[in-house]
Amino acid sequence: MATAAKAMDGPGQMLEVSVWRGGETGAYRTYAVPRLPSQTVLDVVTHIQRHLDPTLSYRFACRVGMCGSCAMSVNGVARWTCRTTVAKVAAGRRLEIAPLHNLPVVKDLVCDMTVFFDKWKRARGSFSPVAASGGDFAVVRPDSRARRAVDAGIECIGCGVCYASCDIVSWLPDYLGPAALNRAWTLINDVRDGAFRDRLRAVAGDAGCHACHTQMSCTERCPKHISPTAAIAGLKRATALAALRGEL
Amino acid sequence: MRADWHARNHPAYWAFVVHRLSGLLLTLFLPAHFLMLGQALHGEAQLDGLLRWTDAPLVKTAETVLILLLAAHLTGGVRLLMLEFLAWRNWQKALAAIAAGAAIAVGLGFALNVA
Amino acid sequence: MTAAAQTRLWLAQRASAAVLAFCVVVHLAVIIYAVRGGLSAAEILARTQGSLPWAGFYALFVVAVAVHASVGVRAVALEWLHLRGRALGVLVALVAAVLLGLGLRAVWAVYA
Repeated sequence: MATAAKAMDGPGQMLEVSVWRGGETGAYRTYAVPRLPSQTVLDVVTHIQRHLDPTLSYRFACRVGMCGSCAMSVNGVARWTCRTTVAKVAAGRRLEIAPLHNLPVVKDLVCDMTVFFDKWKRARGSFSPVAASGGDFAVVRPDSRARRAVDAGIECIGCGVCYASCDIVSWLPDYLGPAALNRAWTLINDVRDGAFRDRLRAVAGDAGCHACHTQMSCTERCPKHISPTAAIAGLKRATALAALRGEL
Repeated sequence: MRADWHARNHPAYWAFVVHRLSGLLLTLFLPAHFLMLGQALHGEAQLDGLLRWTDAPLVKTAETVLILLLAAHLTGGVRLLMLEFLAWRNWQKALAAIAAGAAIAVGLGFALNVA
Repeated sequence: MTAAAQTRLWLAQRASAAVLAFCVVVHLAVIIYAVRGGLSAAEILARTQGSLPWAGFYALFVVAVAVHASVGVRAVALEWLHLRGRALGVLVALVAAVLLGLGLRAVWAVYA
Protein backbone atom coordinates (compact mmCIF):
# COMPACT_ATOMS: atom_id res chain seq x y z
CA MET A 1 0.00 0.00 0.00
CA ALA A 2 2.76 2.38 1.01
CA THR A 3 4.81 1.56 -2.08
CA ALA A 4 1.80 2.22 -4.30
CA ALA A 5 1.21 5.61 -2.66
CA LYS A 6 4.87 6.49 -3.13
CA ALA A 7 4.66 5.60 -6.82
CA MET A 8 1.54 7.80 -7.11
CA ASP A 9 3.46 10.86 -5.97
CA GLY A 10 6.73 10.18 -7.72
CA PRO A 11 7.99 11.44 -11.09
CA GLY A 12 6.28 10.06 -14.13
CA GLN A 13 2.88 10.88 -12.61
CA MET A 14 0.68 13.63 -13.99
CA LEU A 15 -0.75 16.68 -12.24
CA GLU A 16 -4.26 17.85 -13.08
CA VAL A 17 -3.95 21.64 -13.23
CA SER A 18 -6.96 23.97 -13.59
CA VAL A 19 -5.90 27.40 -14.76
CA TRP A 20 -8.06 30.50 -15.07
CA ARG A 21 -8.29 31.64 -18.66
CA GLY A 22 -9.92 34.89 -19.72
CA GLY A 23 -10.42 38.26 -18.05
CA GLU A 24 -13.00 39.15 -15.43
CA THR A 25 -15.19 36.58 -17.12
CA GLY A 26 -13.74 33.34 -18.36
CA ALA A 27 -13.37 29.76 -17.28
CA TYR A 28 -10.92 27.29 -15.84
CA ARG A 29 -9.10 25.14 -18.37
CA THR A 30 -7.47 21.91 -17.32
CA TYR A 31 -3.98 20.79 -18.32
CA ALA A 32 -2.03 17.62 -17.58
CA VAL A 33 1.47 18.49 -16.38
CA PRO A 34 4.22 15.94 -15.63
CA ARG A 35 5.08 15.84 -11.97
CA LEU A 36 8.75 16.40 -11.12
CA PRO A 37 10.72 16.38 -7.86
CA SER A 38 11.01 19.77 -6.08
CA GLN A 39 8.69 21.25 -8.68
CA THR A 40 7.22 24.67 -7.90
CA VAL A 41 3.86 26.02 -9.03
CA LEU A 42 5.74 28.52 -11.19
CA ASP A 43 7.47 25.58 -12.88
CA VAL A 44 4.02 24.15 -13.60
CA VAL A 45 2.69 27.38 -15.10
CA THR A 46 5.86 27.80 -17.16
CA HIS A 47 5.55 24.24 -18.47
CA ILE A 48 1.97 24.88 -19.58
CA GLN A 49 2.91 28.06 -21.42
CA ARG A 50 5.99 26.60 -23.10
CA HIS A 51 4.76 23.12 -24.00
CA LEU A 52 0.98 22.98 -23.84
CA ASP A 53 -0.60 26.37 -24.49
CA PRO A 54 1.49 29.36 -25.61
CA THR A 55 -1.54 31.67 -25.27
CA LEU A 56 -1.35 31.53 -21.45
CA SER A 57 -0.37 34.88 -19.89
CA TYR A 58 1.35 35.08 -16.55
CA ARG A 59 3.84 37.26 -14.67
CA PHE A 60 7.17 36.42 -13.12
CA ALA A 61 10.65 37.91 -12.86
CA CYS A 62 13.30 36.71 -10.44
CA ARG A 63 11.76 33.24 -9.86
CA VAL A 64 13.77 32.96 -6.61
CA GLY A 65 11.51 34.61 -4.05
CA MET A 66 12.83 38.17 -4.14
CA CYS A 67 10.53 40.23 -6.36
CA GLY A 68 6.99 39.06 -5.61
CA SER A 69 5.92 39.28 -9.27
CA CYS A 70 4.73 35.68 -9.47
CA ALA A 71 2.06 36.00 -6.79
CA MET A 72 -1.11 34.09 -7.72
CA SER A 73 -3.98 32.24 -6.07
CA VAL A 74 -3.04 28.60 -5.66
CA ASN A 75 -5.89 26.35 -4.48
CA GLY A 76 -7.66 29.47 -3.22
CA VAL A 77 -4.72 30.91 -1.28
CA ALA A 78 -2.46 33.79 -2.37
CA ARG A 79 1.15 32.67 -2.68
CA TRP A 80 4.44 33.33 -4.44
CA THR A 81 4.33 30.55 -7.00
CA CYS A 82 8.14 30.38 -7.28
CA ARG A 83 8.36 29.57 -3.57
CA THR A 84 5.45 27.17 -3.44
CA THR A 85 6.35 23.58 -4.11
CA VAL A 86 3.71 21.41 -5.71
CA ALA A 87 4.25 18.80 -3.03
CA LYS A 88 3.10 21.32 -0.41
CA VAL A 89 -0.15 22.36 -2.05
CA ALA A 90 -1.28 19.73 -4.52
CA ALA A 91 -4.04 17.92 -2.72
CA GLY A 92 -4.40 14.59 -4.45
CA ARG A 93 -2.44 15.67 -7.52
CA ARG A 94 -4.83 18.55 -8.33
CA LEU A 95 -3.97 22.22 -8.57
CA GLU A 96 -6.18 25.23 -9.14
CA ILE A 97 -4.35 28.38 -10.24
CA ALA A 98 -6.03 31.77 -10.58
CA PRO A 99 -4.92 35.40 -10.64
CA LEU A 100 -4.62 37.22 -7.28
CA HIS A 101 -7.97 37.96 -5.69
CA ASN A 102 -9.34 41.45 -5.13
CA LEU A 103 -7.62 42.88 -8.19
CA PRO A 104 -8.98 43.36 -11.72
CA VAL A 105 -7.95 40.59 -14.09
CA VAL A 106 -6.03 41.71 -17.19
CA LYS A 107 -5.70 38.30 -18.77
CA ASP A 108 -5.43 34.76 -17.42
CA LEU A 109 -3.08 34.88 -14.42
CA VAL A 110 -2.16 38.54 -14.78
CA CYS A 111 -3.90 41.06 -12.55
CA ASP A 112 -3.90 44.84 -12.73
CA MET A 113 -1.90 46.23 -9.80
CA THR A 114 -2.77 49.88 -10.51
CA VAL A 115 -5.33 50.29 -7.73
CA PHE A 116 -2.96 48.59 -5.27
CA PHE A 117 -0.28 51.22 -5.89
CA ASP A 118 -2.81 54.05 -6.12
CA LYS A 119 -3.88 53.21 -2.58
CA TRP A 120 -0.23 53.21 -1.56
CA LYS A 121 -0.11 56.84 -2.72
CA ARG A 122 -3.44 57.69 -1.06
CA ALA A 123 -2.08 56.41 2.23
CA ARG A 124 0.86 58.78 1.75
CA GLY A 125 3.12 55.78 1.58
CA SER A 126 6.08 57.80 0.34
CA PHE A 127 8.87 59.57 2.19
CA SER A 128 8.69 63.34 2.73
CA PRO A 129 12.04 64.64 3.93
CA VAL A 130 12.14 67.19 6.73
CA ALA A 131 15.56 68.60 6.15
CA ALA A 132 16.91 69.98 2.90
CA SER A 133 19.41 67.60 1.32
CA GLY A 134 23.09 68.35 1.88
CA GLY A 135 22.72 68.79 5.62
CA ASP A 136 24.05 66.58 8.36
CA PHE A 137 23.22 62.85 8.49
CA ALA A 138 20.12 62.01 10.45
CA VAL A 139 20.90 59.93 13.52
CA VAL A 140 18.56 56.98 13.83
CA ARG A 141 19.29 54.51 16.60
CA PRO A 142 18.51 51.02 15.30
CA ASP A 143 17.39 49.80 18.70
CA SER A 144 15.00 52.68 19.31
CA ARG A 145 11.33 51.77 19.62
CA ALA A 146 10.41 53.75 16.53
CA ARG A 147 13.12 52.20 14.38
CA ARG A 148 12.23 48.71 15.53
CA ALA A 149 8.65 49.40 14.47
CA VAL A 150 9.90 50.50 11.06
CA ASP A 151 12.20 47.51 10.69
CA ALA A 152 9.34 45.12 11.38
CA GLY A 153 7.53 46.30 8.29
CA ILE A 154 10.17 47.77 6.00
CA GLU A 155 10.85 44.61 3.96
CA CYS A 156 7.56 44.83 2.08
CA ILE A 157 8.11 44.50 -1.66
CA GLY A 158 4.55 45.25 -2.71
CA CYS A 159 3.67 41.78 -3.98
CA GLY A 160 -0.04 42.13 -3.25
CA VAL A 161 -0.50 38.83 -1.41
CA CYS A 162 -1.83 40.54 1.72
CA TYR A 163 -4.17 42.73 -0.32
CA ALA A 164 -5.48 39.66 -2.13
CA SER A 165 -6.10 37.86 1.14
CA CYS A 166 -8.05 40.61 2.90
CA ASP A 167 -11.85 40.39 3.17
CA ILE A 168 -12.21 44.07 4.01
CA VAL A 169 -10.57 44.89 0.68
CA SER A 170 -13.21 42.84 -1.09
CA TRP A 171 -16.07 44.30 0.98
CA LEU A 172 -14.99 47.96 0.91
CA PRO A 173 -13.61 49.07 -2.47
CA ASP A 174 -12.09 52.22 -0.95
CA TYR A 175 -10.21 50.43 1.83
CA LEU A 176 -6.51 51.28 1.52
CA GLY A 177 -5.50 47.75 2.42
CA PRO A 178 -2.79 46.12 4.53
CA ALA A 179 0.25 46.90 2.36
CA ALA A 180 -0.41 50.63 1.99
CA LEU A 181 -1.22 50.97 5.67
CA ASN A 182 1.85 48.97 6.70
CA ARG A 183 4.03 51.28 4.60
CA ALA A 184 2.37 54.34 6.11
CA TRP A 185 3.20 52.98 9.58
CA THR A 186 6.88 52.59 8.70
CA LEU A 187 6.91 56.22 7.64
CA ILE A 188 4.97 57.42 10.68
CA ASN A 189 7.80 55.96 12.74
CA ASP A 190 10.56 57.35 10.57
CA VAL A 191 12.11 60.25 12.46
CA ARG A 192 13.44 61.74 9.22
CA ASP A 193 9.96 62.05 7.69
CA GLY A 194 8.03 65.30 7.81
CA ALA A 195 4.49 64.36 6.73
CA PHE A 196 3.35 62.91 10.05
CA ARG A 197 0.10 64.83 10.43
CA ASP A 198 -0.97 64.58 6.78
CA ARG A 199 -0.25 60.90 6.78
CA LEU A 200 -2.35 60.27 9.89
CA ARG A 201 -5.22 62.09 8.22
CA ALA A 202 -4.74 59.98 5.10
CA VAL A 203 -4.93 56.67 6.96
CA ALA A 204 -7.76 57.43 9.39
CA GLY A 205 -11.41 56.56 8.97
CA ASP A 206 -13.66 54.15 7.08
CA ALA A 207 -11.24 53.73 4.18
CA GLY A 208 -8.23 53.55 6.46
CA CYS A 209 -6.95 51.76 9.49
CA HIS A 210 -10.30 51.85 11.32
CA ALA A 211 -11.84 49.49 8.81
CA CYS A 212 -9.48 46.68 9.85
CA HIS A 213 -11.17 44.01 11.94
CA THR A 214 -8.01 42.08 12.81
CA GLN A 215 -8.89 39.09 10.65
CA MET A 216 -5.13 38.73 10.21
CA SER A 217 -5.23 36.97 6.87
CA CYS A 218 -2.58 39.47 5.74
CA THR A 219 -0.25 38.48 8.58
CA GLU A 220 -1.00 34.81 7.99
CA ARG A 221 -0.10 34.98 4.30
CA CYS A 222 2.72 37.54 4.04
CA PRO A 223 5.72 35.75 2.49
CA LYS A 224 8.06 38.21 4.23
CA HIS A 225 6.47 37.46 7.61
CA ILE A 226 5.43 41.05 8.10
CA SER A 227 2.38 41.73 10.25
CA PRO A 228 0.29 44.48 8.66
CA THR A 229 -2.20 43.87 11.46
CA ALA A 230 0.34 45.08 14.01
CA ALA A 231 1.13 48.11 11.86
CA ILE A 232 -2.56 48.92 11.49
CA ALA A 233 -3.04 48.59 15.26
CA GLY A 234 -0.25 51.14 15.62
CA LEU A 235 -2.02 53.46 13.20
CA LYS A 236 -5.24 53.09 15.20
CA ARG A 237 -3.42 54.20 18.32
CA ALA A 238 -1.65 57.09 16.59
CA THR A 239 -4.81 58.39 14.91
CA ALA A 240 -6.85 58.03 18.10
CA LEU A 241 -4.29 60.04 20.04
CA ALA A 242 -4.25 62.70 17.35
CA ALA A 243 -8.06 62.84 17.33
CA LEU A 244 -8.17 63.25 21.09
CA ARG A 245 -5.69 66.10 20.83
CA GLY A 246 -7.66 67.76 18.05
CA GLU A 247 -4.74 67.30 15.69
CA LEU A 248 -6.41 65.07 13.14
CA MET B 1 -12.04 37.57 -8.30
CA ARG B 2 -13.08 36.90 -4.73
CA ALA B 3 -11.17 34.85 -2.20
CA ASP B 4 -12.79 31.67 -0.92
CA TRP B 5 -12.80 29.82 2.39
CA HIS B 6 -9.30 28.38 1.92
CA ALA B 7 -7.79 31.80 2.53
CA ARG B 8 -9.90 32.22 5.68
CA ASN B 9 -9.18 28.97 7.43
CA HIS B 10 -7.10 30.21 10.35
CA PRO B 11 -7.75 31.00 14.04
CA ALA B 12 -7.78 34.81 13.89
CA TYR B 13 -10.38 34.64 11.14
CA TRP B 14 -12.58 32.22 13.09
CA ALA B 15 -12.28 34.64 16.01
CA PHE B 16 -13.56 37.42 13.75
CA VAL B 17 -16.53 35.32 12.62
CA VAL B 18 -17.46 34.40 16.19
CA HIS B 19 -17.15 38.01 17.29
CA ARG B 20 -19.26 39.40 14.47
CA LEU B 21 -21.98 36.75 14.61
CA SER B 22 -22.25 36.90 18.40
CA GLY B 23 -22.44 40.69 18.25
CA LEU B 24 -25.23 40.62 15.68
CA LEU B 25 -27.22 37.96 17.51
CA LEU B 26 -26.86 39.76 20.83
CA THR B 27 -28.00 43.04 19.24
CA LEU B 28 -31.09 41.26 17.93
CA PHE B 29 -31.75 39.67 21.33
CA LEU B 30 -31.42 42.81 23.45
CA PRO B 31 -34.70 44.55 22.55
CA ALA B 32 -36.60 41.39 23.50
CA HIS B 33 -34.64 41.24 26.75
CA PHE B 34 -35.42 44.88 27.56
CA LEU B 35 -39.09 44.48 26.67
CA MET B 36 -39.37 41.50 28.98
CA LEU B 37 -37.75 43.29 31.89
CA GLY B 38 -39.97 46.27 31.12
CA GLN B 39 -42.94 44.10 32.00
CA ALA B 40 -42.11 44.87 35.61
CA LEU B 41 -43.79 48.20 34.91
CA HIS B 42 -47.04 46.27 34.97
CA GLY B 43 -46.26 44.70 38.28
CA GLU B 44 -44.27 41.86 39.74
CA ALA B 45 -46.85 39.24 38.81
CA GLN B 46 -46.57 40.18 35.16
CA LEU B 47 -42.79 39.72 35.18
CA ASP B 48 -43.09 36.51 37.16
CA GLY B 49 -45.51 35.03 34.64
CA LEU B 50 -42.99 35.61 31.87
CA LEU B 51 -40.19 34.17 33.97
CA ARG B 52 -42.17 30.97 34.41
CA TRP B 53 -42.16 30.68 30.64
CA THR B 54 -38.38 30.71 30.74
CA ASP B 55 -38.37 27.58 32.90
CA ALA B 56 -39.02 25.48 29.79
CA PRO B 57 -35.99 23.30 28.86
CA LEU B 58 -35.88 24.68 25.33
CA VAL B 59 -35.70 28.21 26.68
CA LYS B 60 -33.00 27.23 29.15
CA THR B 61 -30.97 25.84 26.27
CA ALA B 62 -31.47 29.07 24.33
CA GLU B 63 -30.39 31.02 27.40
CA THR B 64 -27.23 28.96 27.68
CA VAL B 65 -26.48 29.69 24.05
CA LEU B 66 -27.00 33.40 24.69
CA ILE B 67 -24.69 33.32 27.67
CA LEU B 68 -22.09 31.58 25.50
CA LEU B 69 -22.51 34.27 22.85
CA LEU B 70 -22.11 37.01 25.43
CA ALA B 71 -19.07 35.41 27.02
CA ALA B 72 -17.52 34.76 23.60
CA HIS B 73 -18.11 38.33 22.52
CA LEU B 74 -16.62 39.60 25.78
CA THR B 75 -13.48 37.46 25.70
CA GLY B 76 -13.01 38.03 21.96
CA GLY B 77 -13.44 41.75 22.52
CA VAL B 78 -10.89 41.84 25.34
CA ARG B 79 -8.50 40.02 22.99
CA LEU B 80 -9.06 42.72 20.34
CA LEU B 81 -8.53 45.53 22.83
CA MET B 82 -5.25 43.89 23.81
CA LEU B 83 -4.13 43.47 20.19
CA GLU B 84 -5.01 47.05 19.31
CA PHE B 85 -3.78 48.85 22.39
CA LEU B 86 -0.90 46.70 23.54
CA ALA B 87 0.57 45.89 20.08
CA TRP B 88 1.26 42.44 21.36
CA ARG B 89 1.86 40.24 18.34
CA ASN B 90 3.57 37.09 19.40
CA TRP B 91 0.77 35.85 21.59
CA GLN B 92 -2.18 36.26 19.24
CA LYS B 93 -2.96 32.61 18.64
CA ALA B 94 -2.66 31.96 22.33
CA LEU B 95 -5.03 34.87 22.99
CA ALA B 96 -7.66 33.42 20.68
CA ALA B 97 -7.46 30.05 22.40
CA ILE B 98 -7.59 31.60 25.88
CA ALA B 99 -10.60 33.67 24.87
CA ALA B 100 -12.39 30.61 23.56
CA GLY B 101 -11.60 28.63 26.68
CA ALA B 102 -12.79 31.35 29.04
CA ALA B 103 -16.04 31.76 27.10
CA ILE B 104 -16.77 28.04 27.23
CA ALA B 105 -16.03 27.98 30.95
CA VAL B 106 -18.58 30.73 31.55
CA GLY B 107 -21.14 28.97 29.38
CA LEU B 108 -20.63 25.78 31.34
CA GLY B 109 -20.92 27.67 34.61
CA PHE B 110 -24.29 28.99 33.55
CA ALA B 111 -25.56 25.69 32.17
CA LEU B 112 -24.69 23.87 35.36
CA ASN B 113 -26.37 26.46 37.54
CA VAL B 114 -29.53 26.95 35.56
CA ALA B 115 -30.36 23.28 35.30
CA MET C 1 -18.42 62.10 7.69
CA THR C 2 -14.81 63.20 7.98
CA ALA C 3 -11.96 60.84 8.77
CA ALA C 4 -11.56 62.64 12.10
CA ALA C 5 -15.22 62.03 12.97
CA GLN C 6 -14.92 58.38 11.97
CA THR C 7 -11.86 58.11 14.20
CA ARG C 8 -13.86 59.47 17.12
CA LEU C 9 -16.61 56.92 16.39
CA TRP C 10 -13.99 54.19 16.58
CA LEU C 11 -12.75 55.61 19.87
CA ALA C 12 -16.28 55.70 21.27
CA GLN C 13 -16.73 52.07 20.29
CA ARG C 14 -13.51 51.00 22.00
CA ALA C 15 -14.24 53.11 25.09
CA SER C 16 -17.72 51.63 25.38
CA ALA C 17 -16.13 48.20 24.91
CA ALA C 18 -13.93 48.79 27.93
CA VAL C 19 -16.95 49.89 30.00
CA LEU C 20 -18.89 46.86 28.80
CA ALA C 21 -16.04 44.51 29.68
CA PHE C 22 -16.56 45.56 33.29
CA CYS C 23 -20.39 45.58 33.11
CA VAL C 24 -20.64 42.20 31.41
CA VAL C 25 -18.35 40.49 33.90
CA VAL C 26 -20.52 41.80 36.73
CA HIS C 27 -23.72 40.90 34.85
CA LEU C 28 -22.54 37.35 34.12
CA ALA C 29 -21.55 36.84 37.73
CA VAL C 30 -24.94 38.10 38.93
CA ILE C 31 -26.79 35.92 36.42
CA ILE C 32 -24.94 32.74 37.30
CA TYR C 33 -25.44 33.45 40.98
CA ALA C 34 -29.10 34.41 40.60
CA VAL C 35 -30.29 31.49 38.47
CA ARG C 36 -29.41 28.95 41.13
CA GLY C 37 -32.59 27.36 42.39
CA GLY C 38 -34.62 29.07 39.70
CA LEU C 39 -35.29 32.68 38.90
CA SER C 40 -38.28 34.69 40.08
CA ALA C 41 -39.42 38.24 39.64
CA ALA C 42 -39.42 38.67 43.39
CA GLU C 43 -35.70 37.84 43.55
CA ILE C 44 -34.81 40.21 40.74
CA LEU C 45 -36.87 43.05 42.08
CA ALA C 46 -35.65 42.52 45.63
CA ARG C 47 -32.20 43.32 44.29
CA THR C 48 -33.05 46.20 41.99
CA GLN C 49 -36.11 47.96 43.40
CA GLY C 50 -35.23 51.22 45.06
CA SER C 51 -31.53 50.50 44.62
CA LEU C 52 -29.76 53.52 43.21
CA PRO C 53 -26.42 51.69 42.76
CA TRP C 54 -28.02 48.95 40.66
CA ALA C 55 -30.03 51.50 38.68
CA GLY C 56 -26.85 53.48 38.06
CA PHE C 57 -24.98 50.34 37.05
CA TYR C 58 -27.64 49.17 34.60
CA ALA C 59 -28.13 52.67 33.18
CA LEU C 60 -24.40 52.85 32.46
CA PHE C 61 -24.63 49.37 30.94
CA VAL C 62 -27.49 50.45 28.65
CA VAL C 63 -25.75 53.62 27.46
CA ALA C 64 -22.53 51.72 26.74
CA VAL C 65 -24.44 49.04 24.83
CA ALA C 66 -26.32 51.62 22.78
CA VAL C 67 -23.02 53.20 21.66
CA HIS C 68 -21.17 49.92 21.18
CA ALA C 69 -23.87 48.04 19.29
CA SER C 70 -24.79 50.93 17.00
CA VAL C 71 -21.20 51.54 15.89
CA GLY C 72 -20.74 47.78 15.52
CA VAL C 73 -23.84 47.54 13.37
CA ARG C 74 -22.50 50.46 11.33
CA ALA C 75 -19.44 48.42 10.33
CA VAL C 76 -21.60 45.45 9.35
CA ALA C 77 -23.96 47.67 7.36
CA LEU C 78 -21.03 49.27 5.52
CA GLU C 79 -19.34 45.97 4.70
CA TRP C 80 -22.18 43.54 4.13
CA LEU C 81 -25.17 45.72 3.21
CA HIS C 82 -23.10 48.38 1.45
CA LEU C 83 -25.12 51.16 3.01
CA ARG C 84 -23.66 54.65 2.77
CA GLY C 85 -24.31 58.24 3.78
CA ARG C 86 -27.81 59.01 4.94
CA ALA C 87 -29.19 55.46 4.95
CA LEU C 88 -26.27 54.35 7.07
CA GLY C 89 -26.73 57.22 9.51
CA VAL C 90 -30.43 56.48 9.89
CA LEU C 91 -29.80 52.80 10.64
CA VAL C 92 -27.14 53.59 13.23
CA ALA C 93 -29.32 56.19 14.93
CA LEU C 94 -32.25 53.77 14.93
CA VAL C 95 -30.28 50.98 16.60
CA ALA C 96 -28.94 53.39 19.21
CA ALA C 97 -32.40 54.87 19.87
CA VAL C 98 -34.13 51.50 20.22
CA LEU C 99 -31.52 50.12 22.60
CA LEU C 100 -31.33 53.33 24.63
CA GLY C 101 -35.10 53.75 24.80
CA LEU C 102 -36.07 50.18 25.63
CA GLY C 103 -33.04 49.77 27.86
CA LEU C 104 -33.59 52.79 30.05
CA ARG C 105 -37.28 51.91 30.25
CA ALA C 106 -36.29 48.48 31.56
CA VAL C 107 -33.89 50.04 34.08
CA TRP C 108 -36.73 52.21 35.33
CA ALA C 109 -39.13 49.26 35.34
CA VAL C 110 -37.04 47.26 37.78
CA TYR C 111 -36.02 50.26 39.86
CA ALA C 112 -39.36 51.89 40.47
